[in-house]
Amino acid sequence: MADPTTQASRLELRGLAARFGDVSAIESLDLTLEPGSFTALLGPSGCGKSTTLSMVAGLLAPSDGDVLLDGASLLGQPAERRPVSLVFQKPLLFPHLTIEQNVAYGLRARRAPDGSRGARGSRPGKAAVARQVAEMLERVRLGGLGSRRVGELSGGQEQRVSLARALVLRPRVLLLDEPFSQLDADLRGEMRRLVRELHDEFDLTTLFVTHDQEEAVELADRVALMLDGRLEGVAAPEAFYLDPPSLAAARFFGVTNELRGTVSAGSFRTADGALTVPTTARDGESILVVRPEALVLSATSEPHAVGGRVTTTRFAGSDVLVEAALTDGQSLRVRVPLGTRLAVGDSVCLELPPKRCTVFPQPAEEAS
Amino acid sequence: MRGRVLVGAVVAALLLPLVPLLGWAVAGSWRYPDVVPGRLTRRGLDLVLDGEVVAATLTSLTIAVSVAVLACAIGLSAGRAIGLHRFRGRRLVQFLLLAPVIVPGLAVTLGIQVFFVRYGLSDTAVGVVLVQLMPTVPYAATLLGAAYANLDLDYERQARSLGAGPTRTFLTVTLPLLRPALVTTALLTFLISWSEYILTLLIGGGQVTTLPLLLFSAIGSSDRTAAAALGLLVVAPPVLIVLAVAGRLRGREQAWTGLARG
Repeated sequence: MADPTTQASRLELRGLAARFGDVSAIESLDLTLEPGSFTALLGPSGCGKSTTLSMVAGLLAPSDGDVLLDGASLLGQPAERRPVSLVFQKPLLFPHLTIEQNVAYGLRARRAPDGSRGARGSRPGKAAVARQVAEMLERVRLGGLGSRRVGELSGGQEQRVSLARALVLRPRVLLLDEPFSQLDADLRGEMRRLVRELHDEFDLTTLFVTHDQEEAVELADRVALMLDGRLEGVAAPEAFYLDPPSLAAARFFGVTNELRGTVSAGSFRTADGALTVPTTARDGESILVVRPEALVLSATSEPHAVGGRVTTTRFAGSDVLVEAALTDGQSLRVRVPLGTRLAVGDSVCLELPPKRCTVFPQPAEEAS
Repeated sequence: MRGRVLVGAVVAALLLPLVPLLGWAVAGSWRYPDVVPGRLTRRGLDLVLDGEVVAATLTSLTIAVSVAVLACAIGLSAGRAIGLHRFRGRRLVQFLLLAPVIVPGLAVTLGIQVFFVRYGLSDTAVGVVLVQLMPTVPYAATLLGAAYANLDLDYERQARSLGAGPTRTFLTVTLPLLRPALVTTALLTFLISWSEYILTLLIGGGQVTTLPLLLFSAIGSSDRTAAAALGLLVVAPPVLIVLAVAGRLRGREQAWTGLARG
């Protein structure tokens, strides 16, 4: 078996494409996972994230492009020889085996004389298999449950067995395909912590597919946002809030303000000139994006501020979400602290800190 | 416990017709209006233990097991294609697979026989096994096709990703997952082969003697004791299977779910 102290691996996807007949599911995808990094591949269902995982795991041959592990292509190797483990959305425990036998499945397959051990290392002995299985079950906090049958565990426990079954092989890359989406909220949080712990402990390079942005930003070092088979941006989780890489990325992360206007001579202006914000964006019809929590209520008219009239206020637990109509008919939403005295119809002045504003060219199909 | 009573009633109803058969098998004479045979005889028992009958039983068993195994093997591959792939002409293939059940086997066999003679398969057990695939493969392919359609292929993908090659994945994951349907198919095809008469007679040409052949000749010669004794031997496997299924029904319901899927 691979030495557990080996350095983590670098995974590179180069120009990866998947086409089914005339339908293009994934269009030339480039993504590099640094050794030891935890990357979330985030996107709505049907955007091609699971297809990407399948190609890395070897379960689907890419139509184009390459998958490199530490610089060497994986494409020539069938799924069973790739030093990569995949955990699916469902636990997929083999129902005719006990928990122990499930966890040992990969180790036994590697031991098999049909040569399928491949690049995964030498064959462990029977005693070694039993020991590793017991250790791994202990590690996912299922110690002592090894002799149970599959139906006797809860959903969360089953998914932990699935995780143990993948990790006991000491993969160089761990692929997770929405592994918690069928669990309830409490369990999801617990599983996230466990996965993150295991990632750090085993020095893994992890690629985690999810449609849940909250899960992605909580868990990952880097988030790769995928929409319609293309990467919309790869960045640290905070960046998607503070400085989104694209308009589509900003929209995917939701609860944001969009203002239409024009950029010229280094500043963004709304149609009636009520608001001016400095920007480095190119000239032309543009959209300014700013999150409601970035806006500041100001008493007097500051620079980069705009006046408006409150149209709705909505209690949102830890704060109040206020919507204000601007003079040109557009509107802004702002989060204000509880206890702020604002009523519908009040005049407010909203400051837009330039650093929290991002300006994108207006997409051609949205031209008014 | 109502379920248990129901199962018991069904089993009793299935076994009831065997009672007169049992009577005839030991009856030296049994005249109207006697309720029980007038005179008992060992002849039926002796006949069943006779060398010819034992040999025929072994031949029947060998042929039926071979047919069941081959039909399952063919059914697995055909079923995979039908159950998992949406290809052009799939319905036509499905229909053609069922055709041997619809077209009288006798008509087809009369034609096939010419070729069997030409290839030296006529009058051999191998030939009989081959011709019996005709009425069994359609059921095998249909049952296993339905089982494949219900199979979650992610199990296979998971096994591959855990380091198992295609063969190992099939043997250690796919087959166990298909087990209920496979058991049903094996039992059904075994029974079809076990009770087959006409195809065996035509292709076996009297050289391959199975139990149904002996039974029919006993009936033809109006030897009621022999016919009843052989009849009991012929129905023994189906009865045993019914009992086994009933036994499993009380425990688990797998055997029936397998059937219901078909």
